[in-house]
Amino acid sequence: MELVEAIILAVLAASTPLLIAATGELVTERSGVLNLGVEGMMIVGAACGFAGAWLTGSIFVGALFGIVAGTLMSLIFALMALGLAVNQVATGLALTILGIGLSGLIGAGFVGERLTPAAHLSIPGLTDIPLIGRVLFGEDAFVYFSIALIIGVWWFLYRTRAGLILRACGDNHVSAHALGYPVLRIRTFAVMFGGACAGLAGAYLPLAYTPFFIPGMTAGRGWIALALVVFSSWRPGRLVVGAYLFGAVTILQLHAQGWGVGIPSQFMSALPYLATVIVLVLLSRARTGGSTAPAALGTVFVPDR
Amino acid sequence: MQVHQRMLDPTLNGQHTGESPLLRTLGLTKRYGDFLANDSIDIDIWPNEIHALLGENGAGKSTLVKAIYGLIQPSAGEIRWQGERIMLSGPSEARRRGIGMVFQHFSLFDNLTVAENVALGLDGRESFKDMSARLEQVSKTYGLPLDPRREVWQLSVGERQRIEIVRALMQDPKFLILDEPTAVLTPQEADQLFIVLERLKAEGRAILYISHKLEEVKRLCDTATILRGGRKVETCNPRLETAASLARMMVGGEIREVKAASGRKTTVPRLIVDDLSLAPGEAHGVRLEHISFELKGGEILGIAGVAGNGQDELFAALSGERLAKDPGTIVIEGIAAGHLSITQRRKLGAAFVPEERLGHGTAPRMKLSENALLTGHAASGMVHRGFIDTVATLKTVDRATETFDVRKAKRDPEAASLSGGNLQKFIVGREILRNPAVLVVSQPTWGVDAGAAAVIRQALLDLATAGAAVLVTSQDLDELAEIADRIAVMFHGRLSAPLATSEATREKLGLLMGGSSLEPKEAAHAVGA
Repeated sequence: MELVEAIILAVLAASTPLLIAATGELVTERSGVLNLGVEGMMIVGAACGFAGAWLTGSIFVGALFGIVAGTLMSLIFALMALGLAVNQVATGLALTILGIGLSGLIGAGFVGERLTPAAHLSIPGLTDIPLIGRVLFGEDAFVYFSIALIIGVWWFLYRTRAGLILRACGDNHVSAHALGYPVLRIRTFAVMFGGACAGLAGAYLPLAYTPFFIPGMTAGRGWIALALVVFSSWRPGRLVVGAYLFGAVTILQLHAQGWGVGIPSQFMSALPYLATVIVLVLLSRARTGGSTAPAALGTVFVPDR
Repeated sequence: MQVHQRMLDPTLNGQHTGESPLLRTLGLTKRYGDFLANDSIDIDIWPNEIHALLGENGAGKSTLVKAIYGLIQPSAGEIRWQGERIMLSGPSEARRRGIGMVFQHFSLFDNLTVAENVALGLDGRESFKDMSARLEQVSKTYGLPLDPRREVWQLSVGERQRIEIVRALMQDPKFLILDEPTAVLTPQEADQLFIVLERLKAEGRAILYISHKLEEVKRLCDTATILRGGRKVETCNPRLETAASLARMMVGGEIREVKAASGRKTTVPRLIVDDLSLAPGEAHGVRLEHISFELKGGEILGIAGVAGNGQDELFAALSGERLAKDPGTIVIEGIAAGHLSITQRRKLGAAFVPEERLGHGTAPRMKLSENALLTGHAASGMVHRGFIDTVATLKTVDRATETFDVRKAKRDPEAASLSGGNLQKFIVGREILRNPAVLVVSQPTWGVDAGAAAVIRQALLDLATAGAAVLVTSQDLDELAEIADRIAVMFHGRLSAPLATSEATREKLGLLMGGSSLEPKEAAHAVGA
């Protein structure tokens, strides 16, 4: 019983950064912008988040540092890809390379330091319920926030006028412009939201997941977040499924390796990727028609005035 | 000057009951670098009036209406709305003041529903639910039926235009701009649109109607302003003009008449399509179903139809961009070619001119000589042992330039630097100079000025006279009537049996374009439904 609880807790912890980063990227891509710099924004968020928390002693301030750092990184992207209409793929890749270097520089002085990780919720009585108590009422704030975030994004995209306008920009920027919507401004906000989420997701790693900073600690999670957005066919509900599934298979295969299942470990390590791709492809098949990707995704827009 | 003329002209002024025009532009100018897209244009729009804006492509019609709708800022001059000088910050301000617009290229969002599309065109002060209710009411009032819950990609072109019109009407505009609204409609759909427009006029609204279909303008419009090269040429009453006189004002000269050589003889079948069916290659594509026709040398077959009914897919299947499963479904010069690549089909003597000039017909950033090589490499002796014969490619450019009057700034410019008409002349010329046995051409004169269109149509006729089989896909029924021997209609991926052009009346073609059959029984059924 305790093992099951421990596994669920580990799954939630492993999935949360993926979910936060992918939620941000989902909003960015829904506005029609492909920012491949998620990994770079995450790693800078991790370094700045750790620095902020270590210097002030506050996890909250650390998280804010991560958010601000991710947003600033995304503004570089917005300036290049939206302001100067540079190719988005190239700009995103460059942003990741920049972020990896920058995070090493910022984090150099902090390697080897330790933090007290983010506190977990504790409600006497509720948290002590066996099996579900700690899962539901004993998480850290990041986990609860990530769930609120994806619900909020779903509500924003499908229930508000601003969300409709954002989706419209992603579907056809020429039409959106012709109707008088400020496409580039809307996209800049979407990119900034994506950056803030990536920064927070990065900060989660040294603030809650492992209480120290090492260079390259995002270990490709930014790329996985990007892939999750694509395989979720840009839908928040499927994104949750994908993120938790990926986290679950990651943790399970670790345990399976521990139990000594006679399968090569390389294959086990590849399993999360494989399982996530298969499940999300099957989900996408259910759609009857229409295009799944935002039609204007990744295309440069220059308004004529 | 024009304003004065107009003031002094009693016949024009006498028509207007209102005291001042609803909208007036004075010396409106829009400059892009050195290029004057609009040069000091004065235009008066009165209530209760349908005002035509005529001109060739590039005459400045779109620039003018974009300025009136607040999409671009004029470089000089002013716009007066109900007598007051206004500076529009953007389309939303134009809409707030009562100016609505229906775009030529629809400003719709394919993956959103009808109601969401309409909501995006409004200012969002009412709830989505109220808006949906009002949408249903407006569409019922004007006889423009729409299902608010469907996504746009599922709708026909006519339905899409209805969304645009309903969206504009929901703002209760005093002044409505329509940019070439009938370009994509069947004749019957166009007639329905005219009824709506007459009604809007009767309600006291003003309409600015952009078109280059002159008969339509004569029938519908009370006033016409003609633009040429960014300048206003004339404001007149189109009902007192002839189509020829209007065309002269648009072009600034006589248009060369297209003449078919007499005694054109049909020879052997050169292109046979036999029961061709093909699944669509992309998400919103059309499935081709059981297409059959036979095209002989010396003959021009026209394919009419509303855009998006499988013409693009048919072109792809004929050109070899998409391969047919059964080789025998497409026979070129007696050889089964359904499985052959584009290059192999070219070697059989076929040539292809796609609809899209830039990006499909030519590589925009490559020089004309390089573009000549792209289609001529296999069968025109431009490549020797893997090396490009640049002299031969340049010679092709020169010959096309000479034969088809391609006007360009230098000998071998980039394709993208040519105007639409000149580039189209080059592309058609490039293929015709290869002396093809079969030419498949899609929308040969789409977006091309009248002079160039005449050159291209004449070239197609001459090619047929020389013995080639020519297949022309076009949405322009007048064009098909002018050059085709037989006309077939494409609808939902099916091709009707060809009619001899002399029998193909607009009514018959319109019925076929709308999906009705010409069998008397079924036609009656379609009317009743």
